[in-house]
Amino acid sequence: MNTRLLPLAGFALVLALLGFGIWWSQYHDPREVPSPLIGKAAPAFSLPTLEDPERHVTNLDLAGEPYLLNVFASWCFACREEHAILMNEGKQLGIKLVGFNYKDAPADAKRWLAQFGNPYDLIIADLPGDVAIDFGVTGAPESFLVDAQGIVRYKYISPITPAVIAAQLLPRIAQMKKGSQ
Amino acid sequence: MSTPRVIVQRVASAPMSRRWRGRIFCALLFLCALLACEFSSTAFAIDPLPFKDRAEELRFQTLAKQLRCLQCQNESLEDSNAPLAADLRRDVFEQMQAGKSDAEIKRWLTARYSDFVLYDPPLHGGTWLLWFGPLMVLAAGAGAVFITVRRRANAGGASTQTATRPASDVEDDW
Amino acid sequence: MIPELGQFALILALLLSVAQCVLPILGAQLCNRALIATARPAVAGQAVFVALAFGILTYAFVTQDFSVSYVAQNSNSLLPWYYRFTAVWGAHEGSMLLWVMVLNLWTVAVATFSRRLPDDFIARVLGVLGFVSVGFLLFMVLVSNPFLRELPMPGDGNDLNPVLQDPGMIVHPPMLYMGFVGFSVAFAFALAALLGGELDVRWVRWARPWTNVAWGFLTLGIALGSWWAYYELGWGGWWFWDPVENSSFMPWLVGTALIHSQAVTEKRGSFRAWTLLLAIFAFSLSLLGTFLVRSGVLTSVHSFASDPKRGLFILTFLAIVVGGSLLIYALRAPKVAGGEPFAAVSRETALLVNNLMFTVAAAMVLLGTLYPMIGDAFDLGRISVGPPYFGFMFVLLMVPVVLLIPFGPFLTWSRGDLKASAKRLAPALYPIPFALAAAYLLLPEGTSSGKAYAGVAASLWVGIGIALYALARWRNAARGRRYTPEMLGMICAHFGVAVFLAGVLIVEATSVEKDVRLAPTQSVAIGALSFRFDGVTQAQGPNFVAQQGTISVLKDNAVVATLNPQKRQYPRNQQIQTESAIDPGLFRDIYVALGEKVGDDGAWAVRVYVKPFVRWIWLGALFMMLGGFIAAFDRRFRAIAGIRDSGLEIRKSSDDRTTPALPNPESPIPTPGHPA
Repeated sequence: MNTRLLPLAGFALVLALLGFGIWWSQYHDPREVPSPLIGKAAPAFSLPTLEDPERHVTNLDLAGEPYLLNVFASWCFACREEHAILMNEGKQLGIKLVGFNYKDAPADAKRWLAQFGNPYDLIIADLPGDVAIDFGVTGAPESFLVDAQGIVRYKYISPITPAVIAAQLLPRIAQMKKGSQ
Repeated sequence: MSTPRVIVQRVASAPMSRRWRGRIFCALLFLCALLACEFSSTAFAIDPLPFKDRAEELRFQTLAKQLRCLQCQNESLEDSNAPLAADLRRDVFEQMQAGKSDAEIKRWLTARYSDFVLYDPPLHGGTWLLWFGPLMVLAAGAGAVFITVRRRANAGGASTQTATRPASDVEDDW
Repeated sequence: MIPELGQFALILALLLSVAQCVLPILGAQLCNRALIATARPAVAGQAVFVALAFGILTYAFVTQDFSVSYVAQNSNSLLPWYYRFTAVWGAHEGSMLLWVMVLNLWTVAVATFSRRLPDDFIARVLGVLGFVSVGFLLFMVLVSNPFLRELPMPGDGNDLNPVLQDPGMIVHPPMLYMGFVGFSVAFAFALAALLGGELDVRWVRWARPWTNVAWGFLTLGIALGSWWAYYELGWGGWWFWDPVENSSFMPWLVGTALIHSQAVTEKRGSFRAWTLLLAIFAFSLSLLGTFLVRSGVLTSVHSFASDPKRGLFILTFLAIVVGGSLLIYALRAPKVAGGEPFAAVSRETALLVNNLMFTVAAAMVLLGTLYPMIGDAFDLGRISVGPPYFGFMFVLLMVPVVLLIPFGPFLTWSRGDLKASAKRLAPALYPIPFALAAAYLLLPEGTSSGKAYAGVAASLWVGIGIALYALARWRNAARGRRYTPEMLGMICAHFGVAVFLAGVLIVEATSVEKDVRLAPTQSVAIGALSFRFDGVTQAQGPNFVAQQGTISVLKDNAVVATLNPQKRQYPRNQQIQTESAIDPGLFRDIYVALGEKVGDDGAWAVRVYVKPFVRWIWLGALFMMLGGFIAAFDRRFRAIAGIRDSGLEIRKSSDDRTTPALPNPESPIPTPGHPA
């Protein structure tokens, strides 16, 4: 009798796995790439700002205080939805908001910001996309939470929503601030 | 009859609950945001690179086929038309020109994108089941086959009417 | 109004399928003639209403009724009329209706061609098929209704995905579904045998033709999908081990094991449990495939738009059907190994090994396909499993099979002679060194020649092996009894394997791909062929505008082919669709795709391929399919008349189940139709 039950047992395992798969796929995008940068230093970079291409900003310039690096672009449809949230609730985060303009012509980006608003304290532009690759960016929008020492603490793929701000970002920011005190 | 009412109801109001609607909306927005690879445009994938010889070109193609396009549903770096794929192809090419080995290039990529970028899963603790599972199943099955065959061979003994089965219009003789 | 009729038709079909499921099985259990007799009428009724629903959906597409949401999403006013038909199954809801339609086709066929089988058995078979139908119709009525309206009606539709606007889309899904759904017949037969407590093996003889035909269709469906992907998707590949492709391949692998196992069970009475289990698994994998493609749990280029609710429904259905059947198997499968004994070296053992290898291969594909999910479940990190894994493991598992195939026909049942078989096969090895030498001379350098040599050797081994058998049969068997259809089918299919092996391994080893930047009149050389770029012009199609390139292929300064790759823009979608141009040939394909304009001198990026022997892949698959169909028409399967005409029992009222009522009480194997 045992061998006869084996196929059923095997199937039960597969079923459990598939049930898990459905549950998991509701909360995660199957294409989401986990970031190997969590807990590691943000990659070194030197990028021009959007407003003033002559001025370059490096990761060292940003060190000293935590910041949220938000990858966005004018060609990114979902970024519009996220942008509205950032405009309204960006200040709530209590940290510097750095915009990372990804593979975007500066004129297009400026026009887009003029239309949808500018919640960022600073915007750096990566037209070729090389620094984005160093960050492991696969598209827009994506956001990185970097602490005062320049260590990447958290990466969120997908448009930021108020729920994400409340559940994921604020607690971590609070922790970072506590840690640095 | 309740059936007509059911139909009308479905037409008049969206049947999905808000939670599902919200999630699907977000998912769709997110998907729109990424330059889609759904269509068969190979435009960007066709990327003439200045290889110095056929061997280098072959090496590049083989390597790119083992790497995953991260913006796409399921395509290799070699075949994908996504802009990110084009950038990564260029990076892989530059590294090859700089003399890096395949392993080093793969390490460079996994440092940025995790093992997800490799279509050839590396062998480590997490993939042990993947690489050895089928062979274990095979071994177990082979064992079962061996036992079965031995049991049947012993049970039958030597006397078995074999090709002496009568041929008929209905039965075959092979 | 008419789409609502379609909805009604579906609901009525659902009700009839419930009747078809419950009443006959109940009747068979209770030996109630009246209930058993409801089976065929219920089948007919359900088929009529499903056909009606399908016809109405087709009508909605042909008349471009954009008030129907599904039509609006998958059609467009400019869509050519022939694609309006295929757009019916272009997305999830419609393809589900196609599934049900094909299921009804098979059910009607089973109901029609089974008049000579015992009524209670057929009642159970039709009842099981009815159960499957209930699941799918319920799914459609509840969460995948193709007849939902979209009000207010949009002015124009979204258009069928341009990738699907192609002749391949006309045939690939229907043929694939014929295969998937066809395995439900073998499943129904197996379950009917289990439910009826049949421990003898007549059901296998009845099931064999159905299974062979289903397998043939599935082979065709997979081959068509591969061929279509090759010419339509533009990357020159023919198989990517994508989850959706794997979903069709797993049932095929188990189906191959099944058709071989059925042969053993039917002729020798052995492997009854194996055959039952494989029949259940083949269809279970079909259902699993349906789940994987539509639930969104896996990432794939092919998957339909996903919805967790749909996934949950299909999963529940899967649990009931597969779980239920495996439970019945656990309770009712033969506990004692039956059939004639066999020695360690015999055809039975060879086929048992065959069973094992194909089943392990299917398990391997399943593991690899689901592994990313396992990785997520156990927090092993996000893992990608792709062609490097599948290709490697599959080849590893198939090596023993390829080595054994030629031995199969030469080993006799019960006790085979290995030495004699090897001696008879030895001639297959003689040409191989010469062929390898020829390959060495003809192969372009720098290719992975190991694969090419292996392909040549394996193909010759299998091909000549089967030819030697056919020859031996010609010489040794009595005239007029040399080849039965079953044997011819086997020869044809195994020959197909040889052709397929040659195609796969040679093309993988020797195909050349180059991305080049070409200005008009410039050319690039691959081997003896020269590709000259002759510029790009505008072109117009029925519902698209295109930039069309012209590439002339020259050999020794003579034009061998002129190719016109296009980049199409369809009005609704802003995306550009690349149509590659192929010059097909039996021994090589020339394949060209247009990239982007580079620079100002009229230069374009162009990709050129030369793919030797690629057509042999699908040619081999076609031979395999033919083999399956030919074998199904063996007279033996149709001589069921023997059961009835010889006055033997037909269990119309199954009062005496234990009476085998067969002519030869000594042999455990039934031999109906034995000339009395």
